[in-house]
Amino acid sequence: MPHDTPPSGATLAEKILARAAGLDRVRPGDVVVVRVDLAMAHDSSGPRRWRPHLEALGVGLWDPSRVVIVSDHYVPAVDAESAAILAGTRAFVRDYGVQHFFDMRGICHAVLPEHGLLRSGMMLAGGDSHTPHAGAFGVYAAGFGATDMVGIVVTGETWTIVPATLRVELTGRSGQGVAAKDIMLRLCRDLGMDNAFMAIEYAGAAVEAMPMAERMVLSNMAAELGGETGLIAPDHTTLAHIRAHGGTVDDAEALAWRSDADAVFGRQHVLDVSGLGPQVAAPHSPANTDGVEAHAGTRIDQAYIGACVGAKLEDLQMAAQVLAGRRVAAGTRLLVAPATTAITAAAAADGTLATLTAAGAILLPSGCGACAGMGAGLLADGETCISSTNRNFKGRMGHAGASVYLASAWTVAASAVTGKITDPRDMLANARVAA
Amino acid sequence: MSGRAWVFGDDVDTDVLAPGHLMKLPPEQLALHCLEAVDPGFARAVQPGDFVVAGRNFGLGSSREQAAVSLRMLGVACVLAPSFARIFYRNALNLGLPALFFPDAHRVARGDALEVDAVSGTVINHTQGWQASATPIPAHLMEMVRAGGLVAHLKLRMAGART
Repeated sequence: MPHDTPPSGATLAEKILARAAGLDRVRPGDVVVVRVDLAMAHDSSGPRRWRPHLEALGVGLWDPSRVVIVSDHYVPAVDAESAAILAGTRAFVRDYGVQHFFDMRGICHAVLPEHGLLRSGMMLAGGDSHTPHAGAFGVYAAGFGATDMVGIVVTGETWTIVPATLRVELTGRSGQGVAAKDIMLRLCRDLGMDNAFMAIEYAGAAVEAMPMAERMVLSNMAAELGGETGLIAPDHTTLAHIRAHGGTVDDAEALAWRSDADAVFGRQHVLDVSGLGPQVAAPHSPANTDGVEAHAGTRIDQAYIGACVGAKLEDLQMAAQVLAGRRVAAGTRLLVAPATTAITAAAAADGTLATLTAAGAILLPSGCGACAGMGAGLLADGETCISSTNRNFKGRMGHAGASVYLASAWTVAASAVTGKITDPRDMLANARVAA
Repeated sequence: MSGRAWVFGDDVDTDVLAPGHLMKLPPEQLALHCLEAVDPGFARAVQPGDFVVAGRNFGLGSSREQAAVSLRMLGVACVLAPSFARIFYRNALNLGLPALFFPDAHRVARGDALEVDAVSGTVINHTQGWQASATPIPAHLMEMVRAGGLVAHLKLRMAGART
């Protein structure tokens, strides 16, 4: 979309909302009606909730070419009920002419960029709380509940209160064994999880140095900060990623989607990542974060590498770096659920999967799996798990009496090797060659 | 609206309101597990018309509407908290469950008899003998809430578009 006369002093969030609302300028607190460029939902939040309403209203989708459905929650079916949910999703796609359907190809947030469906400056409404994931591409991506999504797919629009922007500047250079996940867990501790009705924007040298896979961690977990979305202004790294995945880009148009130098932010926060070590979030909150040393030695039953945020190809490669030539400890299980089937294929092609399975990892299907309390890998009462996922709420990953610690794929893999929560830096410094 | 208060702390999340591993259950059965991780007796003891009074950031986590649906199915008349997670807040209003920003929520004790007016934002605590103000639901949303939620509102709009 052209925006010939960008208003001065606007944040990236305000610019995208103004464009989507057809206004020259919006300000925090304004209530605006925005047109949605893309609407996304999955098998749990989408068709099975939408269909009864659409039938009662006697209407179809406002634009089937702008609707994306991804079956990623109840995959693959483990019983008759989940099979029925997946069959109903396929029937909906057929009956309503949905043009973008990904049936058991991976987790929706990872699937969208993998298929070149994102454009900087876009307004994306998703029926899932981690929709802000797409913010790494300069997309105003916000999560909505199923009824809100019914309104969106029927009318193509929704209302929103223009949020003030919380600008998070990451300076410095992260050391060995420190990933975007560690930075993000630290931000959950520092900023808390109650930043509702705020847009988060990440910037700074440490963000610019990150590949897209790492930037998506920051945007994804804007949800844990409570933010409406988690934006990162596009740069050449962004545009190269969109092109590499089949998207088309107008460089000048795309690169204009950034906050003005004189933009007014609601709040600013600076974190120098140089001094940061690996972080671990203890039960039952991502904000309950401390350095890995605070929990080192805690015995674990399960290590889990999964979810949109924590099972990208790069996460599998991080785990393989640690696990090459090593074995998962006796009495501990390491489960790996790659975020998409394309990631599984890539990890098979580059030898990553062989390293993981040689170490004793158990490979699971691509999907939300145990992170969403579904699929394989749930926990019993009293069990402890360290996980590369984004939430460790009580009861989320199985029994309410289970304990889940969150960490990077490096820390999860190192902990799997010892059977206890372990700082990965020694193993990374003494990396062994794959057998 | 008049009823008893059920009091909860900060950061009541959507997995506590509607556990992920039970999401296949029909709504009326899922509702019986609402808040059980923090108060196992709540779902069976709560009476229609009662209030949930909680701390900051109520409803954080997932976009799942069952969090709000479960509370409504149990007959909860209104949720009062100093702050709400954004998606929960939208879901609650879309489904006809009033959610009021109430800075004085911490003054309410379990079992207090409350009287709440969602339109004016007036909260009266009859047990403790005080009155305080909640932020009323924004005017642009009251139209939808009055219509009975988002779907009912859409129905009116679609009917309007066809005539």
